[in-house]
Amino acid sequence: MGFLDIDNATKSYGPVEVLHKVDISVEEGEFLVLVGPSGCGKSTLLNMIAGLEDITSGEIRIKGSVMNGVHPSNRNIAMVFQSYALYPNMTVGQNITFGLEMHCVPKAERDKAMMDVAQLLQIEQLLTRKPGQLSGGQRQRVAMGRALVRDPDVFLFDEPLSNLDAKLRVDMRTEIKKLHQKLGTTIVYVTHDQIEAMTLSTRIAVMNGGYVQQLGTPKEIYDTPANLFVATFMGSPSMNLIPVTLRGDGNALFAEVQNDAGKTMRLAVCAPTSALSAYEGKTVTMGIRPEALTDRDGADQRSHHVESFPSTVLVTEPAGSDTFVATTIAGKECISRMRADANVAARQRVDFAVNMEKAVYFDPEIEQRIV
Amino acid sequence: MAVATQDTAIRTGRAVRMSIYLVLILFALFYMLPLYVMLVNSVKPLSEITGGGMMSLPDTWTIEPWRKAWSEAQVGVQATGLRPYFWNSIFMVVPAVAISTVLGALNGYVLTKWRFRGDTILFGLMLFACFIPFQIVLIPMAAVLGFLGISGNTAGLVLVHVVYGLGFTTLYFRNYYAVFPTELIRAAQIDGASFFQIFWRILLPSSGPIAVVSIIWQFTNIWNDFLFGASFASGDGAPMTVALNNLVQSSTGVKEYNVHFAGAILAALPTLLVYIVAGRYFVRGLMAGSVKG
Repeated sequence: MGFLDIDNATKSYGPVEVLHKVDISVEEGEFLVLVGPSGCGKSTLLNMIAGLEDITSGEIRIKGSVMNGVHPSNRNIAMVFQSYALYPNMTVGQNITFGLEMHCVPKAERDKAMMDVAQLLQIEQLLTRKPGQLSGGQRQRVAMGRALVRDPDVFLFDEPLSNLDAKLRVDMRTEIKKLHQKLGTTIVYVTHDQIEAMTLSTRIAVMNGGYVQQLGTPKEIYDTPANLFVATFMGSPSMNLIPVTLRGDGNALFAEVQNDAGKTMRLAVCAPTSALSAYEGKTVTMGIRPEALTDRDGADQRSHHVESFPSTVLVTEPAGSDTFVATTIAGKECISRMRADANVAARQRVDFAVNMEKAVYFDPEIEQRIV
Repeated sequence: MAVATQDTAIRTGRAVRMSIYLVLILFALFYMLPLYVMLVNSVKPLSEITGGGMMSLPDTWTIEPWRKAWSEAQVGVQATGLRPYFWNSIFMVVPAVAISTVLGALNGYVLTKWRFRGDTILFGLMLFACFIPFQIVLIPMAAVLGFLGISGNTAGLVLVHVVYGLGFTTLYFRNYYAVFPTELIRAAQIDGASFFQIFWRILLPSSGPIAVVSIIWQFTNIWNDFLFGASFASGDGAPMTVALNNLVQSSTGVKEYNVHFAGAILAALPTLLVYIVAGRYFVRGLMAGSVKG
């Protein structure tokens, strides 16, 4: 049993089930990110933890006590909303202490708590202002202050960075992570931004269509996605998916793939499992992250399974820190991530190197990873 | 590229502009003429009016007609002037406006933020109050007032106007609160605020513009109502509008036009004041939410 348990929770609106038997256990101090495209049920799940939406069946427990039917204010949680939801008629100080006031905390205590939080977030000079007079980043801080001052068991964040401009978003992301490390609180964070999910979380739940597709650490999610949805949703540019035919020669397994010149290449599969060997002779989908598909100089030097083959460059996209290079493998356009100063140009024929240690394989029928 | 101007008005030539202003000024004068006639004739002795010259300024200025209309004219049985009826109207309009506005706000709050099954149907039914002609409900309303034992007095009129006004006030507040961010309500719920605490502390302080619209609308309608006043309040309990009618329609003695004019202005004064004090919020409130600001 964890600190926050979501036990077979489902949510239906009439006959429509929007959330199917979600089962997640969060340990104390964990930073769980719920990520997925819009309409996947992530915000609904967060609202169910907060008590803003009923739980149709199943249970949600915080610190072991069942929260079904408990009023939001009695769950000892705090929530930061996408629009910040600051009360427009109150000053920043009143906004921060409103929750304490509603819980009948004496004025002196409220003021002390407010000053502590204001100091932590460096918003002391804003306390007498109205939310309308603040910038986006300042509002964000105040919203976090309002959550922090309650000293809750669980923090809930509902896409808190979506309304900020790109640069501020990155800054605030770091701030939130620092805050989590400093305070060690338990956080459930909803976002549709997979980079936010990767950078902030200790664990990620990737959701789609009301199902948790995969629950795991950022590394697990990134390196070994459970299915094709997770593989394409996480990572930018997304994972290259190449149809290959598996061939064996007794002791080794090869992935046969045609390059753009029509030549069949055999890429040695690294450490094949018995499940994968069962697919011998069949076509599977091989997933390769862009950084595992580079030029020969850029390939991981520690990897012992780098295979290379020539292919024609379609287009190059210098991004400053890297250069993204598009090419065609097995009829599919693939993106390769090369060093910024890689010497490639469009229409050039270049040797691409595949780090087969990083390759993953999916069953194209059921779209699940073959393990 | 041309620099975009803040000015959204259509640019016109000087001559066009002058003629527009001229026409507008003429219209303004035309509309203000009745007010002018009322004002100048209310400060004239009666002889100057009956001798012709309705439009001319008074030769002798006097406030006697005003004094007479306020405290001496024969309205009911006693020669009390309009004063007691003015207070009748005040005692009717203030509670009626306050109650219907607060209830309308509560209705709007519930219909938008505490949705329940059938809430849109309920709202649709409430809107009927805006469309049903007054005359239809006269007899049932009289029966209800008789049953409650508040017929023929100010309390009865307050009830009638609250019931009739609820449709409008609910419409105003519901539409205003429909665009009020629901996340604020949710944040307040998590903060532990109760149903009424959310209403008083979060929603009402942000409802200034729409409250002004509701107050102006209700105040003018209730103050100017004649039909309900004439039907449900009699004699000493009559509101200002009914009293003014009695003053002007009295069939005995000389027709004191100057007193009638003064009385009419007295009857119109409160609504005018409300418009002047709160008028600029009226337009602002009607426009609120239509453009994202």
